[in-house]
Amino acid sequence: MDSSRRKFLKIAGISAVAGIGAPSALNMLMKNEVQASSAGGEHGAQTEAHGEQGGHGAAPTGKRYGMVIDAVKFHENQGLAEKCIAACHDYFNVPNFGNKKDEIKWLWQMPFTNAFPGDESHYKKDDRTHAMQFMVLCNHCDNPPCVRACPTKATFKNADGIVMMDFHRCIGCRFCMAACPYGARSFNWRDPRGSKDGVPFIKKVNPEFPTRMRGVVEKCSFCDLRVKRGLQPLCVEATGDTKAMVFGDLNDPNSEVSQVLRARFTIQRKPSLGTMPSVFYII
Amino acid sequence: MYNKGTIIPGLIIFVGLMLFAIFNNFGEKVEPPKPEKPVGYKECVKPLQYMKESHMELLNVWRDEVIREGKREQVAAGGAMYEKSLQNGCMHCHTSKKKFCDTCHEYASVYPYCWDCHVAPQENMALEEAK
Ligand code: SF4
Ligand code: SF4
Ligand code: SF4
Repeated sequence: MDSSRRKFLKIAGISAVAGIGAPSALNMLMKNEVQASSAGGEHGAQTEAHGEQGGHGAAPTGKRYGMVIDAVKFHENQGLAEKCIAACHDYFNVPNFGNKKDEIKWLWQMPFTNAFPGDESHYKKDDRTHAMQFMVLCNHCDNPPCVRACPTKATFKNADGIVMMDFHRCIGCRFCMAACPYGARSFNWRDPRGSKDGVPFIKKVNPEFPTRMRGVVEKCSFCDLRVKRGLQPLCVEATGDTKAMVFGDLNDPNSEVSQVLRARFTIQRKPSLGTMPSVFYII
Repeated sequence: MYNKGTIIPGLIIFVGLMLFAIFNNFGEKVEPPKPEKPVGYKECVKPLQYMKESHMELLNVWRDEVIREGKREQVAAGGAMYEKSLQNGCMHCHTSKKKFCDTCHEYASVYPYCWDCHVAPQENMALEEAK
């Protein structure tokens, strides 16, 4: 009796230790293997046009779309900003609920101190900067916290570095909104297809693009559907030849956007957070 | 058995009620749905039988390819190219949700939530090119 209990306890103890230890040991082994194989595959990846993830840390092999916004040009061309916002919101069926609290925004404007908080350390910024409005949108961060927060993979980064949303999958938990430090995401508290006092929230539904439903988050998609066809985003197109917005591949040194970034001094929004925004500003 | 007087008639009424629906519709002929075929188009992106059985799977595949993998290239059918899209692809030819989608869905009593977000084409707006 005694000896069999002893035996039982021994076996139970050993199994417990093995059970706890084995997976982590296995994990360690697997990680080593993965590292080894990715190190081996580096040369292959160089010649291949682009890998799945657009290259984190390693030399960039894929595309990474980005944008330069010239705030001065927007300041000088009054009404241009509104034109761009309308081009975006009209096409993508962005609803207007008629109140600030429920507002849905893909592209909007902000004064300097709101768009670039923490940058006002220079107490006396020039009057012009303070008078300017800045066009803001999703930054399509290279290191996007919204993607990490999303439990359903409704938000993800695609192969071109665009932070996309699959509205089909969004469960409306709003973790991504809490994670995004730029307020680039909006939640549909109300049914976008509804109306108030006979005024529909979507003035004229664009039949080429879906609407959203109540309880879904939405944001700028960098016009992924146009970019894939070699077109410019709608907001960029709306700036015409003012060059107030320049869009392109940041990883291509010859793209227009790369050239502008080399030639001009630009700032990003909250760069210290490490999100690596892909939208740059000329101020 | 206690309460025989109430239990047995109660049971009979209960079973009768349950079976009422079956007896009531017995022998009644339910017409199979007749979705309206698009005018002027001969061929769909997949064979008819596949579309009848599995169009929803195709739509899911298209959704994932288009949104997640960025594969937005068009698909060919009957010498023409079509978007991999419910709104801009399927409904390009099937211009009436009511006369096409809804006929079968109502018959089968399925209510997919596609149209909560996707915009159905305006009814009675046949495409010029199809005429
Ligand atoms: S700006 Fe916000 S929503 Fe856009 S990628 Fe960055 S964290 Fe995500
Ligand atoms: S609200 Fe939608 S997109 Fe945002 S984290 Fe939740 S599921 Fe993901
Ligand atoms: S890139 Fe496209 S989706 Fe984003 S703000 Fe501009 S127009 Fe809107």
